[in-house]
Amino acid sequence: MQAFLDQLIADGYFAGVPPQLVYAIAIVAAAAVVIFGFVLNVAGVTTFIERRVWARIQSRIGPNRVGPQGILQWLADGIKLLMKEELVPAAADATLFKLAPYVVVMGFVAAFVAMPFSSVLIAADLNLGILYITAVTSLVVVGILMAGWASNNKWSLIGGIRSAAQIVSYEIPAALSIFTIVLITGTLSMQSIIKAQGWAPWDWFLFYSPFTFVSFWILFTALLAEGNRTPFDLPEAESELVAGFVTEYSGARYLFFFLVEWGNLYVISAILVTLFLGGWQVPHVTDNPVLLNLLQFVTFFVKSYFGVILMMWIRATLPRIRVDQLMSTCWKYLVPMAFVNFVGTAVWVAIWPNGNRPVWIAMTVLGFALLFYFFYRVEFHRRRSGAELLFSPFS
Amino acid sequence: MSLAGFEVEVEQVGQQGLETEEMTLNMGPQHPSTHGVLRFVVKADGEVMRQAIPDVGYLHRSIEKIAEKVGWHGFMPYTDRVDYVAAMFCNQGWGMVSERLGDIAVPKRGEYCRVIAAELNRIASHLLSVGTMVLDIGAITPFFHAFREREKINDLIEQLCGARLTYNYMRIGGVAWDLPPDFIEKVTAFLDRFEPMLAEYHDLISVNKLYVERCAGVAVISPEEAVNYNLVGPNLRASGVRYDVRRDEPYSVYPELEFDVPVGAAEHGVLGDSYARYAIRIREMKESARILRQCFRQMPDGPVITKVPRKFKPPAGDAYIRVESARGDMGWYAVSDGTEYPYRCKVRTGSFAAMAIIDKVSQGLMLADLVTVIASLDIVAPEVDR
Repeated sequence: MQAFLDQLIADGYFAGVPPQLVYAIAIVAAAAVVIFGFVLNVAGVTTFIERRVWARIQSRIGPNRVGPQGILQWLADGIKLLMKEELVPAAADATLFKLAPYVVVMGFVAAFVAMPFSSVLIAADLNLGILYITAVTSLVVVGILMAGWASNNKWSLIGGIRSAAQIVSYEIPAALSIFTIVLITGTLSMQSIIKAQGWAPWDWFLFYSPFTFVSFWILFTALLAEGNRTPFDLPEAESELVAGFVTEYSGARYLFFFLVEWGNLYVISAILVTLFLGGWQVPHVTDNPVLLNLLQFVTFFVKSYFGVILMMWIRATLPRIRVDQLMSTCWKYLVPMAFVNFVGTAVWVAIWPNGNRPVWIAMTVLGFALLFYFFYRVEFHRRRSGAELLFSPFS
Repeated sequence: MSLAGFEVEVEQVGQQGLETEEMTLNMGPQHPSTHGVLRFVVKADGEVMRQAIPDVGYLHRSIEKIAEKVGWHGFMPYTDRVDYVAAMFCNQGWGMVSERLGDIAVPKRGEYCRVIAAELNRIASHLLSVGTMVLDIGAITPFFHAFREREKINDLIEQLCGARLTYNYMRIGGVAWDLPPDFIEKVTAFLDRFEPMLAEYHDLISVNKLYVERCAGVAVISPEEAVNYNLVGPNLRASGVRYDVRRDEPYSVYPELEFDVPVGAAEHGVLGDSYARYAIRIREMKESARILRQCFRQMPDGPVITKVPRKFKPPAGDAYIRVESARGDMGWYAVSDGTEYPYRCKVRTGSFAAMAIIDKVSQGLMLADLVTVIASLDIVAPEVDR
């Protein structure tokens, strides 16, 4: 992009404007396009899809009035929230209270800088990509603590503290699981990790060895906890703390927290897809770079969205665990398991630097067998319960 | 420091020069999960509660006083509001106490109609109790499934008496209307669909490890404590005490019906914990379905109501009867002075006693467990305050 801008300057489009300023404005404009064109929309549509997915699981319909099939529901919710009065409680710490949503949004949106959508569609291919993403998504802790404290509400405070303890604790198993992949590829860069995989399931790191398979599930659990999703949604437990650390927020500020929660689903899923599921890799079906990149983008998006829907499914099904059980799960179970995986992967990489092909393929077969068994059991239960597949509200 | 009449002391616990305080939280009358308008003043040390002091009275509507103004017949719709989740039992209670005072016999078919309505209501009430309990623990889906079944029961009862929540179905001397033409077939069809659903709930909730971890061993109430604190119904039976009014002081046509009284068995966890109280309600729903099917087979024909004069003047005296409501032994006490207005009416409900034990069992529990305890004791605010 820099070359393109230099060309424009040379052609005299930005007469009298210093080049640094041109670059800066271009960067901000690009960021705005990404954020407003993609991130916020994805977060918004995810709220709508979540409600429809929940509704189907819960034997009801969900929002279907606003726009065809209710697809504009999220716009209506967003506009409504923007039009609400933004209350700042009188005894609240006004500066921190107003600042907290921005810190949280910053931590969330900054992760998109290093998000590899396709082989060229990446804002900055940092050579410490995955470390950067882990670090930056931890900024939300600061925002949540600020929100909880500044609300001057004991329930918000409890929610904020719980969330801080949860996110900080679950960083450890998450980081350890991420580093098993880093051990295999020897690089932290997102694009390099994807390029080390292939498009086919038997080239994904998910099936590389039993250790990475377990790593995937540990990372999944830890990232669920990072994103404050059920079963780890104690900080915003509706039935206990009203709304946890966002109780005192209304209007646009609440909208920010709201968007971050749902947008985070996408970030979590994207991390998992990049590290374990082959990222944007597709078979080389065309030489046209535009088409190829489009195909890669679509592949990445679809894979991430499967993860998002899986997380919605889990939220609809499972109850939430208590804070002491959450802590003991992390420290007594996940951290030791993650360490074992780490050491095991290190030994594996030392013995087979290029991976053990037979085991890789055997794991793939095993993985798919598990998947098919899972769907077989789902069908078995569906048939046994005699559930209605097509639900009509008029019956 | 005085807080709404409670003397709350701020405790300074000094350890090595560090001074810590207990936090006083207000789980106020408006709260998503206190099952109505209840208030708790919680003294907590971080996440661990030292005490949860209940503050009742936010839903007091002077229903018992109103009885003295509207008369024996006129009070029947008000009884629905004493516990609107299980209104048929309240109707039955008031009907029975008036009949005891006036020495009126209800015809057999009327008694069967009463039992059918009551057991249907028991299933509906337990569905609500179980659904909200899992919702409070965090699983949002079983709540909707439970309410899907409850909707069908509401539709059935609407065909029976016209209302979905506050039924006003029973009268002094029997019930208002006989069963509608297809009622028995419809309820049987519903039960055929409902009983397999209980197996589904079992798979979804009862053996879910997260749910069991949240409920097992939480707020254990021993049998002696349960009796001392006056607990009744599923709360009492979950602690191991085998007492059911339908069995031990039978009324209506329950002597002719065959059913088991589920008592707590520590399948997961300890006898008398929150999981036991949940499991008992699931088993009671099965028993209610069994009772319903028997009633349909055994119902005789005949009138459903004994004619009672419009100006009903029972002789002076008092009477106390018990009904096994969804929440346990509900006691109705009425004093008559020979006129058509009761002199005094008093209701004794299970939820009021359950509020008292919350303070005792919540010591040492975590904040998240308080919600579990309230939900497992199946406390509904209208019953507590009347």
